Amino acid sequence: MSVLTPRRLAVGVVVLALFAVPYVFSAYFTGAVASRALYLGLAAASLTFLASYGGIGSLAQTGLYCIAGFVMARFIVTNGVDPILAAVLAMAICVACGAFFGAISSNSEGIYLLMITLALGVITFYFFSQVPAFGGHEGINGVRTPGFIGDPVREPGNIYYTALIISIAAYALVRYVGRTAFGLALQGVRDDPVRMRALGYNVRLHRTLGFAAGALLAGAAGVLGTWHETRISPGTIDVSQTIQLLTIAVIGGLYRLEGAWIGALVYTLLDTYTRGLTGRFETWIGLILLAILILSPDGITGLAESLTRHVRRVRRPSRQPVPPAPSAPSETLTQSSALDPRQVAR
Amino acid sequence: MRDAAGALRRRAPAVFAYALLAFAIIWVADKAFGKGFGLSGNGPQFVIVALNGLSLAALYFITASGFTLVFGLMRVVNMAHGALYLLGGYLALDLIQHGWGWWTAAAAAAALTGLTGLIMQQLLLRWNQGQDLRQALITIAVAIILADQMIVQFGGTPETIQPPGGLAGTVEIGLYHLQYPAFRVFIIGAALAVGALLWLVIRHTRFGMVIRAGVDDRAMTSALGVNVQLVFGAAFFLGAALAGLGGVMGGTVLSLAPGEDDKFLLSSLVVVIIGGLGSLPGAAVGALALGLVEQLSAVYLPSQYTNYSILLTFILLVVVLAVRPAGFFGRPS
Repeated sequence: MSVLTPRRLAVGVVVLALFAVPYVFSAYFTGAVASRALYLGLAAASLTFLASYGGIGSLAQTGLYCIAGFVMARFIVTNGVDPILAAVLAMAICVACGAFFGAISSNSEGIYLLMITLALGVITFYFFSQVPAFGGHEGINGVRTPGFIGDPVREPGNIYYTALIISIAAYALVRYVGRTAFGLALQGVRDDPVRMRALGYNVRLHRTLGFAAGALLAGAAGVLGTWHETRISPGTIDVSQTIQLLTIAVIGGLYRLEGAWIGALVYTLLDTYTRGLTGRFETWIGLILLAILILSPDGITGLAESLTRHVRRVRRPSRQPVPPAPSAPSETLTQSSALDPRQVAR
Repeated sequence: MRDAAGALRRRAPAVFAYALLAFAIIWVADKAFGKGFGLSGNGPQFVIVALNGLSLAALYFITASGFTLVFGLMRVVNMAHGALYLLGGYLALDLIQHGWGWWTAAAAAAALTGLTGLIMQQLLLRWNQGQDLRQALITIAVAIILADQMIVQFGGTPETIQPPGGLAGTVEIGLYHLQYPAFRVFIIGAALAVGALLWLVIRHTRFGMVIRAGVDDRAMTSALGVNVQLVFGAAFFLGAALAGLGGVMGGTVLSLAPGEDDKFLLSSLVVVIIGGLGSLPGAAVGALALGLVEQLSAVYLPSQYTNYSILLTFILLVVVLAVRPAGFFGRPS
């Protein structure tokens, strides 16, 4: 196999293009669209990671995002902790909460898990909007950023590169973890928890650790998002925000990791440039979500994949259909047994 | 030795849960009756708080029974249930403002909400049965659209429905000479009636028999010549209508505003997670637990912790899931 495959070439071009964004586009675009798309994509990636590798539909990711954001903001503003140290502490707490959420819900599967995680997410929202230690409804304003980021409004390039590097690292990390023994076992749990249990794997432990890993991504996104906005309030985690994250993941494709960032870019573009055109942005987002769920439940990446497959089949009719990429799960949203193994078990 | 240790480890969550429950009961009892049962103690306050908890539980039960009915039969988690609750309330408010009486408006609002649910089921959920995650996501999309359109139609300011004439005042409840809002007493009665009616329909009518058969084995029921689609449609109509009815009562006793839909979606979720999905007695137990915990914790927590009362809902959920992962009446998956 040659070192320079078309696939690697494409990845290189995409990464180069991403690094060129602050030079090509305006400061406004870099700050309000590109940076925001990166950290929202990172948050959505935590959802996509759990769905595609663990078969876990989690709606608690927005809550975890906010746990990291709020804890860091409080450390920085109230306790005067150094921003980097505060971010590390906040992410540690976020991962601990994620593991705890996972331990609570890991005994459930499929639709039960979706409900329990939604309840956990909403309870997190009510917690932060009621507790005065975290500013109550007002939230926490004036969060300092570390020196290398500076003022995210005046110098959006810094926060953009930080978010980009963390996003690439997170993507690479998830792809790597997917090939480790833990990642393979997690995918086994996704495909058939009953068989994995029979083989001696601790299914609950794997799901709980999966949740902790997902919380790491959501926590990183929470830290970046709070630095970017320099403030955080409970409005960042109410149910409509949870749904926003879900919309992003579904638009991009729930079962492809890169779909999270693609969905976030599409969503942020729509949010920035069409919110003024229509009075009822939320209605349109709901309609778009509905259309995607009805027409192409695997989102944009799923659509692109089936298109390429179709084109290749037309070009080379004698060949076998191209097998899906190694990271793609064997079953998709349309065959929901992947997320509801009870139906298989019955 | 290892067996004993294993048994202890298995029982530990249950023992812990019962200890916690006992502690909570003693704590509340001490706060309520620590100064005696007389009028000078905190007894009267306890009675009012308990009644508040009961009427809230009744409201939760009416709303969540529709949620659990739909899930039990079709395995559809209707995430638009909270939006349907709010829709029912707003429809009744609108009709009353157009000069309808409370009772007719409530009936019409429940029927219209049921119709909305039926349309949603026929258009969006009928052709993808069995794909439960996709269906849940579709109902979320519907919830977004409904919530946003309700802001367009009814505005964002909180509004309240006036109770019907006969129930506007207060009644004497016969304890400590206390007066209590008649409408809240009515809600408790309405929840009992709804529960009894659903129980009778599900246990003792042909329709209920078909529903139970459909819950147990959809394909077999269909093969035996039952028009399962018709039953599904009827059940979805009923479930949505119960959400609408809950909205009318909630709008009368609490208020109607954007955000109430999320609140009641959460309460329905917590109620059925505690009680067990698809179980009517489970919904009753879950609603009682949630309503009482919410109201009692708001009053009986030490005052500096009152803001943390939401954590008690969380603890309730965690403890129940630790002891009974499928809820109190849920069948283990």
